[in-house]
Amino acid sequence: MDGNSAIGEAAIRAGCQCYFGYPITPQNELTEYMAAHLGKRKGCTFIQAESELAAINMVFGASVVGARAMTSSSSPGISLKQEGISYLAACELPAVIVNMCRGGPGLGSIAAAQSDYFQATRGGGHGDYRTIVLAPSSVQELADFTHRAFDLADKYHTPVLILGDGMLGQMMEPVEFKHEAPEVLPVRSGALRGAKGRPSRIIKTLSSNPADVEELNWSLFRRYELIKKEEVTYETFMVDDAKLIVVAFGIAARIAKGAIKNARASGLQVGMLRPTTLWPFPSQKVRELAQNTKQFLVFELNMGQMIEDVQLALEGKGEVSFYGRPGGVVSAPNEVLRVITRLYYQKGLEK
Amino acid sequence: MKTVYTHPKYLKKVPFHYCPGCGHSVIHRLIAELIDEMNIHDRVLGIPPCGCSVFAYNYLDIDMTEAAHGRGAAVATGMKRAFPEAIVFSYQGDGDLAAIGTAETIHAANRGENITVISVNNAVYGMTGGQMAPTTLLDQWTTTTPYGRDAKTAGHPVKMCELVAVLDGSVYVERTAVDSPANIRKAKKAIQKGFQVQMDNLGFSLVEVLSPCPVNWKMTPVESWEWIEKEMEKVFPLGIIKDTTGKKDAD
Amino acid sequence: MGRSLAQAAMEEGKSATYLPSYGVEVRGGTCNCTVAVSDEEIASPIASSPEYVVVMNQPSLVKFQNQIESGGLLFVNSSLVDSQISRGDIDVVRVPASSMAEELGNPKSVNMVMMGAFIKKTNLVSISTLIDGLASALKNKEDLVEINKKALLAGYGLF
Repeated sequence: MDGNSAIGEAAIRAGCQCYFGYPITPQNELTEYMAAHLGKRKGCTFIQAESELAAINMVFGASVVGARAMTSSSSPGISLKQEGISYLAACELPAVIVNMCRGGPGLGSIAAAQSDYFQATRGGGHGDYRTIVLAPSSVQELADFTHRAFDLADKYHTPVLILGDGMLGQMMEPVEFKHEAPEVLPVRSGALRGAKGRPSRIIKTLSSNPADVEELNWSLFRRYELIKKEEVTYETFMVDDAKLIVVAFGIAARIAKGAIKNARASGLQVGMLRPTTLWPFPSQKVRELAQNTKQFLVFELNMGQMIEDVQLALEGKGEVSFYGRPGGVVSAPNEVLRVITRLYYQKGLEK
Repeated sequence: MKTVYTHPKYLKKVPFHYCPGCGHSVIHRLIAELIDEMNIHDRVLGIPPCGCSVFAYNYLDIDMTEAAHGRGAAVATGMKRAFPEAIVFSYQGDGDLAAIGTAETIHAANRGENITVISVNNAVYGMTGGQMAPTTLLDQWTTTTPYGRDAKTAGHPVKMCELVAVLDGSVYVERTAVDSPANIRKAKKAIQKGFQVQMDNLGFSLVEVLSPCPVNWKMTPVESWEWIEKEMEKVFPLGIIKDTTGKKDAD
Repeated sequence: MGRSLAQAAMEEGKSATYLPSYGVEVRGGTCNCTVAVSDEEIASPIASSPEYVVVMNQPSLVKFQNQIESGGLLFVNSSLVDSQISRGDIDVVRVPASSMAEELGNPKSVNMVMMGAFIKKTNLVSISTLIDGLASALKNKEDLVEINKKALLAGYGLF
């Protein structure tokens, strides 16, 4: 199954009731999958919206009444959705947003890229907020993380972003779905369902009193601290004896893994840290790894964005190099292997 | 003794923050009365706009959610689709409806979303201090049309009712005003019909209400009532623009 | 073709990835895909230098012949590609796939002719898995299954 369709199937099995989208390459298979499979389910809705703006605001509406809702797009479309994501975060509403990232800036290219890391992990829209960001690197993970995204969104009342790329979306791999679609669609408690037998509820962010908004920010950030404590996930690969640690996420981590396997075959002690949550970032793990080696190589399909999180985590207690290809150009494993090998010998790690 | 008037059940007992002579308080009251009379309080969901009436949720005692500027119809779409038993209305200003939210409004209408849009047209941006609205009349003075609205540079007043009426998805479109007791009664009847159309699952309804903004128009409340009748109604004629519900009036 | 290969490998319990190229490609252009088949978990779905390259037309030969691993196999649709292969460190398998498909009465089955030849030479998956795959991919279209099966066997029987 292709990655985009796997997200769709996983979402349906997670009890997603509403999908609102607007076509953009390279994520159209997801929109099409939802049109074919979600729309016909009892009580479920698929709308091809008039714009990304409308789509994210429809998600907002569905979330207000307590339904599990999602939207998806690719980089330029995600920029348009930022307005709604900011409101979702401010109103403490759950939602799942998929970004099958492509090369930017501007219209850019439709090929796979990771250039939206900053946008994804720093909130993206206006105001002081964060969204949880999951970074899958296989079709199986696209499915698993979609399910997790809905659970996290409900648990923390926050929008959750899945940051993939065009290649993951188009790629076909075997995938196993671990859940059956629920018979009864979940309705979140606290939703607006009409003020029957209870005081009326208001969902809002605007206040004429700045102190109210300050309190909202404090409340959000208390929750973010909890998320940072509870929800960090990552994968490590051959790090125990590694003298050089490659840090990469998503499809770049697959490529790096291929390169590392070859490096190991020629006796280089290289390992990998792959964050599967980009926010919260596994800073603690980076520091832990720095106790064994000081050499880190960050590999991204952009000009260097996650590298800042690695540097922040290390607090100067390690040396960070970078290799990246932006704009939708994807390195082959041997290209990364060359970078690894050169760095390995430059730093004298073979001794 | 006969009760002729009482405080509507679903209007919170707090003073309005609106300026003297503003139409919002009248329209809020009409909606609160209808929610009671139509017995829909247990399932009505409202969306206030950006603008002066963003605080509608401080007055209407019903479940309400904020929406981003212009996105009322999209948010209402999401709510209604996910919870079809609800009666969903958006309360939108002219800028919300006819400028920043034109796409959302037109497409919700075109899909025939089963929602009710109540649009308040006062020909000016009230909350931000009296700038030009899409519905500002030609030659009308606003802070951003200091020499009067010039069609050559600032375009013409947008008539959303007429735009929405040509779409196959809209079923009921009426323009009303709150510039006289008779018209206020008609406005209430129109909103009632809008809700009824939704309860009968017939499709998209839009009720526009011409409403005074004496402070930004630099008029007295009485002058602004007269201005609606003499000037606004020439450009925005009152009455039913479209009704394909095939039914009699709501009463 | 790539997709059915990946599918067949998966059916046989191997790890497989199928990565299509997408974007602005025209018919007769260099539209391509990468298939990785392995007994272990596949790290990178992108191949630095594939062991096998199948080119169906002249532009693809120009674009891809230099990527192939030294000692690898290059499959060429010799009906459409007549130029000499410049590399001496690889083996070339020429399959007149287009003309064979035409002779079989269905020019569109050219990829299945090539597929038959490909698996005969490489032994990546068995012919029977592929034939089973055809049947499930083309449900209720018995005539199409028959055409493709014929093409597959024709290519398979070439060597």
